[in-house]
Amino acid sequence: MSTRSRQRRPWRVLLHALAWTCAGVAAALSAGCQPADDARTLTFWTVGREGEAVAKLLPDFEREHPGLHVKVQQLPLTAAHQKLLTAIAGGSTPDLTQLGNTWIPELAALDALEPLDARVASSQVVRPDDYFANIWTTNRIGNTLYGVPWYVDTRLLFYRSDLLKQAGFDAPPRDWAQWRRALAALSHPDRGSYGILLPTNEFEQLLVLALQQDEPLLRDGNRYGNFRSAGFKRALAFYVDTFRERQAPAITNVEAGNPWTEFGRGVYAFYLSGPWNIGEFRKRLPAAQQGDWNTAPLPGEHGPGASNAGGSSLVIFRRSAHKEEAWQLIEFLSRPAVQQRFYDLLGDMPPRRSSWEGGALRGDPKARGFREQLERVKPTPPIPEWERIVTEMQLVAAQAVHGDLSIDQAAAEIDRRADLILEKRRWILDHAKPAP
Amino acid sequence: MNPPRAAWLFLAPALLVLGLFFLLPVIAALVLSLTDYDLYALADIRNLRFVALGNYWELLHRPLFWSALGHTLYFVVVGVPLSIAVSLGAALLLNSPLARCKPFFRTALFAPVVTTVVAVAVIWRYLFNTKYGLANYALDGLGIHPVDWLGDPRWAMPTIILFAVWKNFGYNMIIFLAALQAIPADLYEAARIDGASPVRQFRHITLPMLGPTLLMVSILTVSGYFQLFAEPFVMTEGGPLQSTTSVLYLMYEEGFKWWNLGSASAVAFLLFLIMFAVTALMLRVARRGGEA
Repeated sequence: MSTRSRQRRPWRVLLHALAWTCAGVAAALSAGCQPADDARTLTFWTVGREGEAVAKLLPDFEREHPGLHVKVQQLPLTAAHQKLLTAIAGGSTPDLTQLGNTWIPELAALDALEPLDARVASSQVVRPDDYFANIWTTNRIGNTLYGVPWYVDTRLLFYRSDLLKQAGFDAPPRDWAQWRRALAALSHPDRGSYGILLPTNEFEQLLVLALQQDEPLLRDGNRYGNFRSAGFKRALAFYVDTFRERQAPAITNVEAGNPWTEFGRGVYAFYLSGPWNIGEFRKRLPAAQQGDWNTAPLPGEHGPGASNAGGSSLVIFRRSAHKEEAWQLIEFLSRPAVQQRFYDLLGDMPPRRSSWEGGALRGDPKARGFREQLERVKPTPPIPEWERIVTEMQLVAAQAVHGDLSIDQAAAEIDRRADLILEKRRWILDHAKPAP
Repeated sequence: MNPPRAAWLFLAPALLVLGLFFLLPVIAALVLSLTDYDLYALADIRNLRFVALGNYWELLHRPLFWSALGHTLYFVVVGVPLSIAVSLGAALLLNSPLARCKPFFRTALFAPVVTTVVAVAVIWRYLFNTKYGLANYALDGLGIHPVDWLGDPRWAMPTIILFAVWKNFGYNMIIFLAALQAIPADLYEAARIDGASPVRQFRHITLPMLGPTLLMVSILTVSGYFQLFAEPFVMTEGGPLQSTTSVLYLMYEEGFKWWNLGSASAVAFLLFLIMFAVTALMLRVARRGGEA
């Protein structure tokens, strides 16, 4: 008996040790999980540099909501799309995220986002009529609102006012004809200087010219491409002619390398780009040159034209367990005073008119062009396939720039590719099962 | 326990791991390639359609697939012989009794292999910048018109090949170096006594003795070069005018950029079939060469 118990003892010790280890591990695990289970922690994903800036705004929010903690996770832009889709597929989405407004259709199609109509209707802070109308529209898919605009991004002209003046132009161009004349006067390809930089692998430049047209880019309820419309062909022709007349070099942004110093050195007199470049030019050009550049609304075919309604929104995920707290954070970040601070930190332009009425934005001459442009922005078709279609559009347009395709051939080819991409969408729309 | 059962028992762990992490995903990918799995199917599985060989059929009718295959073949046909020639040349130089500071050069020539593609690609992009790059600066010194290395569709692939060869030749060089050192010195001694020139020594001793190594290195390099991806991904993003879009790059775009996993799987299987055929052909040619 005694021998048997002595034999058993090591096993018992081992068992006990094992049990205690298990308990310890379990305790450690549950302790480690506790903050996430706690109703008072919000997970907030940001894309790109916004995360750094928002981290400086959050202490105020946490002071207003004692016990509520916001965990910010920064995603690099290049990985964000993949990470979001993977999170949705794996059911591990955060509470809320920053989301480029062209991605909203995709996430809405995946049924991953929380509708926000009711919350906006009862909100004291978020007032739809204060937002630039078409920026707000990009957050609406069908009749449902999925996001609240956070900052805006639209493309317009940066120009060298001193070079324009030297060439005899007192004001930036307002329509395509004036623009063409200015481009012709400012281009000296033999001396290595051009009117404008239009990187052939970026679709935004051609897209904004196409958005200025009355014809929609897709037709029949976004079932087919509409790139053979007369309007798109005019936009494409204007774009391609700029290269054919050697007013823009046919290079990609990889080769363009550092467009800021080139712009400063007068290699390009115009640069078609977005708001973040105000900060870049202020940082990269010498102080003596700061008076020599400005921004202007995009010239349209006949007078000032539209541009794209880009930007990022804040969305809440359907799976979030803290929707109320997430909405409080969205309301906080939507306050004009907070948006002005956000602009000061990062240069991201606010989507609300009242945010523009104070702070650094109010008197900034470089931002004035954007303020005017934002009243004239147009959304792109709200379908998940859009980014792919517009990528194909640019690939074909680059071939036309290269002289491989005529305008008519290019337009037909873009339509063909768009129709192919939209095949599944047509099938789903035509086989839409009536709700059970 | 009888021997066959014991053998299976010993094999079981390996088979289990292989089955779970290799065979099962391959079968799943094969099934996936027969469907049109995409974003809509991810949202609602009822949107998944079985398309049989539709993805393959569509791919074979897509100009981009053929041009991507063309770019990949271009990369393999030019890159592999060049890479092997450079590796062999470097190995011969290092193996020469005249060489000095061998450990230093061995390390220096092997260094590109262990560096990160992304970090090195950034430097190469500077070197080959049209306006400010060292490459064009040197050409300018020789009075040659600057070349738009990464921006001109005709030059982008040669630049990528140059980059890949520089990045990878050190690995094969080490293998060749080992093989060279294994060739008995008395063969060369006998040849020298018979009055054979260094060229003839290379032709009749070094090359035949390197035969098996050469075959192995070629097969490894061919299968590696068929999987061209990282270089265009970081240097050109498949451009300009998709002139550096390889088959694998096409698969990445289909699958991970556009989430068309069905058609991306089909690309993967087509690439596998092509690589399988090419490797089998190489082995057969080598065997016939060995018999002759």
